[in-house]
Amino acid sequence: MRIGVVTFPGSLDDRDAQRAIRLAGAEPVALWHGEHDLHGVDALVLPGGFSYGDYLRAGAIASLSPIMAEVIDAANKGMPVLGICNGFQMLAEAHLLEGGLIRNDHGRFICRDQKLRIENNATDWTGSFEAGQEITIPLKNGEGGFTASADAIARLEGEGRVVARYLEVNPNGSLNDIAGVSNARGNVVGLMPHPEHAVEPGFGPDTADAMRSGVDGLTFFASAIERALVSR
Amino acid sequence: MPTIVVEVMPKAELLDPQGKAVAGALGRLGKTRFSGVRVGKRFEITVAGHVDDAVLAEVQELADSVLSNSVIEDVVGIHVLEAPAGETH
Repeated sequence: MRIGVVTFPGSLDDRDAQRAIRLAGAEPVALWHGEHDLHGVDALVLPGGFSYGDYLRAGAIASLSPIMAEVIDAANKGMPVLGICNGFQMLAEAHLLEGGLIRNDHGRFICRDQKLRIENNATDWTGSFEAGQEITIPLKNGEGGFTASADAIARLEGEGRVVARYLEVNPNGSLNDIAGVSNARGNVVGLMPHPEHAVEPGFGPDTADAMRSGVDGLTFFASAIERALVSR
Repeated sequence: MPTIVVEVMPKAELLDPQGKAVAGALGRLGKTRFSGVRVGKRFEITVAGHVDDAVLAEVQELADSVLSNSVIEDVVGIHVLEAPAGETH
């Protein structure tokens, strides 16, 4: 399986996402925002960072990049697409996901290992988790406050499209402690925390077993790979 | 060249941490009569040619689709900037 990672000007975690994909067992394919070519990939990751300096709004200018025409088309045809942090903001700005991300309610950038509960393990990116599984992956954002109209929140909750929820601490003022959402089909997922930073022993969050041994993030990428094998 | 101004504000019901931070600073300066601050954006768009209804309609469309995100912001004003005194077109 080949999973594309789109690099935008200001992307920071594109190489980390590529490494995570490789560790999960797929082939990462570097894609460039200025091209109109997905190079035949089977799935896509929009990585974290500060695309275009996040001028205008976080992810807004990136959502208008040339390659986003192909990303939106592929997403609407069912290709698995994962947006992480800035990538989540792009997917919201591109209207592939409902809601928006605003500045953290406390006004500060936050970086912490964040506990989450997987609320929906039927999406293309969470299928290999147990229902309700609790995980810990890093979170780092300045504009991670998930917001949406009351109607949209009710719809997301009612249709099980809240993919992950913050546990113990709501780090950014997100409504209903929402850390990630999906589209109705479950192929497009946006996540504010960073699974690609918890994929390799020695470099992940601390666990009860050992320091920096957390690799809970790997399962997001493994889910997409497993889904592709099942549907083949 | 004529300039069209587009003003965008965060939705009233949303938290505006930037505004809150500025309001906090005013409070620390002893400016107690100012009870709140909200921070928005002002875009100045220079137009090649003259401004007519079609141009304004295009700017309205851009204001709604690109310059603002209706999930989190409202377009609160669009107007043509008067040319500064002495400037000729």
